[in-house]
Amino acid sequence: MKRNILALQSEMDMIFELSRNGRSGYQVPPTSDQLPEFEIPQELRRNAAPRLPEVSENTTVRHYVNLSTRNHHIDKDFYPLGSCTMKYNPKVNDEMSALPGFAGLNPWQTGATAQGAMQLMYELSDALLEVTGMDDITLQPAAGAQGEFAALLMFRAYHQKNGNPRKRIIIPDSAHGTNPASIILAGYAVTQLPSDSNGLMDTEALKRALDEDVAGLMITNPNTLGLFESNISKIIDLVHEAGGLVYMDGANLNALMGISRPGDMGFDACHMNLHKTFSTPHGGGGPGSGPVAIKEKLTRFLPVPVLTKTKAEFAWDWDRPDSIGSVHSFYGNFGMHVRALAYIKSMGGDGLRAISENAIINANYLRKKLSPAYQVFVDKPCMHEVVLSGNLQKQKGVRTTDIAKRLLDFGIHPPTVYFPLIVPECLMIEPTESESRETLDEFVEVMMQIDREASESPDLLKQAPYTTPVRRLDEAGAARNLNIRFYDDIR
Amino acid sequence: MRYIPNTPDDRSAMLRDIGVSSFEDLLTAIPKDLRYQKPLNIAPGKSEWEVRREMEAMALKNQNAMSTPCFMGAGCYDHFVPSAVNALASRSEYATAYTPYQPEVAQGTLQVIYEFQTMISELFAMPAANASLYDGGNALSEAVSMACAHTKRRRVVWTEAVNPAYRRVARTNNVAHGVTFDTAPCANGCQSNEDIAMLLSEDVAAVVLQYPNFYGVVDDLKKLIERIHTAGALAIVVSDPMAMGVLAPPGRFGADIVVGEGQSLGNFMSYGGPYLGLFACTMELVRLMPGRIVGVTKDLDRKRGFVLTLQTREQHIRRDKATSNVCTNQGLIATRATFYLSLVGPQGLRDIGNACGRRAAYLISKLRDVPGFGFPHSGPHFREFLLRVPGKAEEFFDHMAAHGVLAGVPLVRLGLADERGLLVALTETRTLEDMDLYVSLAQKYVAEGKR
Repeated sequence: MKRNILALQSEMDMIFELSRNGRSGYQVPPTSDQLPEFEIPQELRRNAAPRLPEVSENTTVRHYVNLSTRNHHIDKDFYPLGSCTMKYNPKVNDEMSALPGFAGLNPWQTGATAQGAMQLMYELSDALLEVTGMDDITLQPAAGAQGEFAALLMFRAYHQKNGNPRKRIIIPDSAHGTNPASIILAGYAVTQLPSDSNGLMDTEALKRALDEDVAGLMITNPNTLGLFESNISKIIDLVHEAGGLVYMDGANLNALMGISRPGDMGFDACHMNLHKTFSTPHGGGGPGSGPVAIKEKLTRFLPVPVLTKTKAEFAWDWDRPDSIGSVHSFYGNFGMHVRALAYIKSMGGDGLRAISENAIINANYLRKKLSPAYQVFVDKPCMHEVVLSGNLQKQKGVRTTDIAKRLLDFGIHPPTVYFPLIVPECLMIEPTESESRETLDEFVEVMMQIDREASESPDLLKQAPYTTPVRRLDEAGAARNLNIRFYDDIR
Repeated sequence: MRYIPNTPDDRSAMLRDIGVSSFEDLLTAIPKDLRYQKPLNIAPGKSEWEVRREMEAMALKNQNAMSTPCFMGAGCYDHFVPSAVNALASRSEYATAYTPYQPEVAQGTLQVIYEFQTMISELFAMPAANASLYDGGNALSEAVSMACAHTKRRRVVWTEAVNPAYRRVARTNNVAHGVTFDTAPCANGCQSNEDIAMLLSEDVAAVVLQYPNFYGVVDDLKKLIERIHTAGALAIVVSDPMAMGVLAPPGRFGADIVVGEGQSLGNFMSYGGPYLGLFACTMELVRLMPGRIVGVTKDLDRKRGFVLTLQTREQHIRRDKATSNVCTNQGLIATRATFYLSLVGPQGLRDIGNACGRRAAYLISKLRDVPGFGFPHSGPHFREFLLRVPGKAEEFFDHMAAHGVLAGVPLVRLGLADERGLLVALTETRTLEDMDLYVSLAQKYVAEGKR
């Protein structure tokens, strides 16, 4: 280790640099001498061993514990990353997913040997249908983006069944990047419409864009500006009148539980991110889970297998001739289903509504408290997140990036920045219901100090952060001189 | 409301500060007819003790590998998970962080993923690996998309010995782009040039092989890949990281893209997920790679650091021009795999590989003596083999399960027609007693005249 007087800022070795011949952190279970040898032809035998590290268990543990301290995480401090719903992840949920009766199940177990697992998925499905007001559901998608894609394939199958798969899907310019990417994967072209001056879908522009080539509309509600699409009923009617289907990107469902339901709004499909709204841990970038709830007209197209319940038992139904196929090798990220159901049981119906209420109050509290120094992009009551522009600070010579990097010095994870794309110098703040008033007040204080620093010493911000394990990193250099593995050669 | 800190008093004070008189005043943007007026029809919140009790009751209804010898595989295996993997992965620092968008405070996650990429490229002897995809089937699906994008062709050939579950996912995800698939038969469970050559032509983007194949047979990749390359197609190999301690890696035979399921690397079977899609390719293809990639760079003080790189491939930058729609992937599962491979090391991986191969050879040799049981395939088997049982495999499975053994995966559960086929897998956690019990229960099955 290249030690530094500030230990956290020492350059860390890589695990491969700690490797010494002959060390090991593992002992294989014994194999009886009675067993024959494993015989494979010489040309198929591995000669040069893979250069995995050779380290003891304690070296492994120390290395990865030290590395872990270089992460910001929700159990450490505030993490108001907009659109990501970084809420507290209850510990009991992790323990439940590790129960032998769940963790030790092979997915090809069916019938009598796996009734409890299927019951769990059925109960979760029921609860998610109640929250969304939809008719049917698949838990298969492993993440939100995959949920979008699965739903678009169902749209395609629906139109195909009616004789014409159609050609285009409409999105607003405030859409998440996964939306256009999923549309392309599903074989459609993207039509992007500008939002109106209030940050909402422009219904006139929508009318002009609709024709018989439009397979559907994808829209986030509340949208990525944190605003409820007030004209949503009209929007959905317009698309339906043109023969299209409407998809709700459910990334922002944390604003709606018990308050308003996508099914009642008229949506044909929506996904949920269990790793956002239903508190399963984000894991440094997954695993997530992105169930898709649908209206009855799409049921026949659901991915196989479909979970069914008879009087006697739960079962997997593979015999679905109109199904789009499968988007996951098995039934999705079951470990996340366990956690989400435990969470729903803990919160209950009343608690789910309380989540959304508190998330909305927290966001509006920040909107109000930050507005003296920061421009609120649309200064109206917001839902669960508030979107600011760093325009005023830019006039002082400081970019939103600098504000974000300076927040790191205060131990706070920055909001989502430069998204949605339609907001200049954007800061998208989602506090979630997990945060107390005191935490929000602290955040406001820090943001106010950063604004003062922007006036008094803008150069201080441009060099920030100073206290993190590394300082600003050369991202362009990383792409130019691509180094994505430790060894230069292959053997 | 143990997860919501603010009390009714806090709420009232905050609403006052916001400048509204009630919470409902914040909902004016929602038309009245869209406001949900009823309570949600979900049981009221329960204490942690009650939640545990209900969840545990459901878990107890399942027969699981931790109390029952499990010989089931077909893409998901009961390997041992060392305690250190669980201890490290349960650290909040890894579990409750998100995608490393702010690299200055995500060096832990980023360096782990860089080490992960290195380990995966070492295992398969491939120059580039990504940060993970959803699972084996989705990794194959992305490989097919990449091959079609690279070759500008839309026909793909795969063999019968590629896991049918993966094939179903790859087909589902690629049909909208007009990709068509042809399946090469596998006489005797082997992937052969004769069977593939019949389907090869100039419009083939890629040929997909599995190594070891779906039936556990280890085919000679060298000749197969040479033949594929003469047709100008890419060679996609679905491979198994657990075999890479004992088997020559696909990269050595010229594979262009190697994908696989990484569940075995320190992850529980967990009824099918969360799993770990492994993805590796040649440098020629790296700019078409799906998913996150971590690279090394320097910070302002010229100190080594890690960042997400080549992000111009990705949806949050390129939107409709992205190479894939992947955003959240399987970060914590890849992290577990990194811990696992660090503990196991090259010697451990070799030992596990040999332990699996020896157990498979033993059980095959013992079951050969039981009348009515047959082995359609010969050749070396790694960890898994196809057994033909007397009568229906589902009935044999039920008989064994009733006696406390999960005997294998009936092929009909994967939609295959072979009613007698049972895929039997043996990891290093199957003991001599487990295997002898298997044989004696099989003998009993025959003796009792059930068949």
